[in-house]
Amino acid sequence: MPDFSNVELIARQLLGGLWISVQIFVLTLVFTFPFGLVVALGRMSRNAVLRNVTRIYVSVMRGTPLMLQLLVVFFGPYYLFGVSLRNYPPFVAVIVAFVLNYSAYFAEIYRAGITSIPVGQYEAATVLGYTKAQTFFKIILPQVIKRIVPPVTNEVITLVKDTSLAQVLAVQEMFTIAKQLANAQSSMVALVVAGVFYYVFNFVVALVMERIEARLDYYR
Amino acid sequence: MAVLRIENLHKSFGTLDVLKGLSLSVEQGEVVAVIGPSGSGKSTLLRCATLLETMDRGTLAFGDSVVAREGADGRSVYVGKNELRQVKALFGLVFQNFNLFPHYSVLKNIIDAPICVQRRRPDEVREEALALLDKMGLKSKADAYPFQLSGGQQQRVSIARALINHPEILFFDEPTSALDPELTGEILKVIRQLAAEHMTMVIVTHEIDFARNVADRVVFMAGGVIVEQGRPADVLDHPQQERTRAFLAKMSSVNP
Repeated sequence: MPDFSNVELIARQLLGGLWISVQIFVLTLVFTFPFGLVVALGRMSRNAVLRNVTRIYVSVMRGTPLMLQLLVVFFGPYYLFGVSLRNYPPFVAVIVAFVLNYSAYFAEIYRAGITSIPVGQYEAATVLGYTKAQTFFKIILPQVIKRIVPPVTNEVITLVKDTSLAQVLAVQEMFTIAKQLANAQSSMVALVVAGVFYYVFNFVVALVMERIEARLDYYR
Repeated sequence: MAVLRIENLHKSFGTLDVLKGLSLSVEQGEVVAVIGPSGSGKSTLLRCATLLETMDRGTLAFGDSVVAREGADGRSVYVGKNELRQVKALFGLVFQNFNLFPHYSVLKNIIDAPICVQRRRPDEVREEALALLDKMGLKSKADAYPFQLSGGQQQRVSIARALINHPEILFFDEPTSALDPELTGEILKVIRQLAAEHMTMVIVTHEIDFARNVADRVVFMAGGVIVEQGRPADVLDHPQQERTRAFLAKMSSVNP
């Protein structure tokens, strides 16, 4: 029978890690939403160079493990290019790698959303005299956002769980701490508690996404 | 002076010549119905006139605003980007599929462009939009969203949207094609009312009765040129050209 007597102590330590996980989560999303859109626009650009560069970028990011990407982003500058960056904490590498990886997925979601908007919406906007920027930000993007909420929810939930990969760079997020505790105590209790925390985290995330979806439900 | 003047319009897509030197002038207050078989180029004509397509060759002018003229090599030369945007206030276009913005309320669909593009005063535009909606019998729908309206109602909103900037001319691209036949009457009524107010209109349609009912002039197009034009009674009942007769015969066998 596992020993649950020190659950409170475990939980308190895990909460410290959870705070780091939340930071990774929030920062990744903050940068990924705009950067993914930029990549998507590159993917659909009339410029063939831009189109191909972003296409290869998406292909590589989706085709290799995120864990490997974390290692490359952190160790790559020195071991691949001989550049030793001063003041390059693993946490920064984690954010960079996560943003690069998730932007590839978000770009494809954006692209699917943008191409799903009927051409008549662009034509109506053009005839009414809207500029290209006005057309995109006022007419197209709001409709795209409504359409992409369900696939984005998928990605966001995956991101919560993926934050645990930051352990490969020894960032003290929740999973890293859970593993350390489990090893030290020769017990799975810490891992079980971490699992509960991840689930609650995602439960909240799913709830928020549901709210957003409901809020955008005023039109069809 | 003609409200719309198109001269020698050529347009091709790849190797397909859609318009082959077409000229059309529309006078103030005139209602012109453009009919013809599919592939005759009538939609392309409308899209060139509304700047959704650029002409390969030819001249386009709204009143004294010349939008495109033939350059030395014969190809159309358009005025600059900013002038083009100003020209867009001179005409309105009503689409077959309405193309209302689904995330905007009925009122916002109408007032957003005048406020954000033409920089008109919001309170003035709002008041005018509400009056237009009243005229369209949609006063109570100002705060509704497009999906809550019937097709006929949506089409009337899109007509109001096209009218808000006091255009010199209104274009209709098969305005009743996406509607149930019994809703066609709603649109017909609105167009008749506009005609009574001397609104200049060009209506592309494949409904012969619709053309007969609203138009001062019927233009029959085929193969990228105007084959025949004149008063509805002349063109539709006593066509001079064999091509026109064949088309009308086919239409009446489909819609007796």
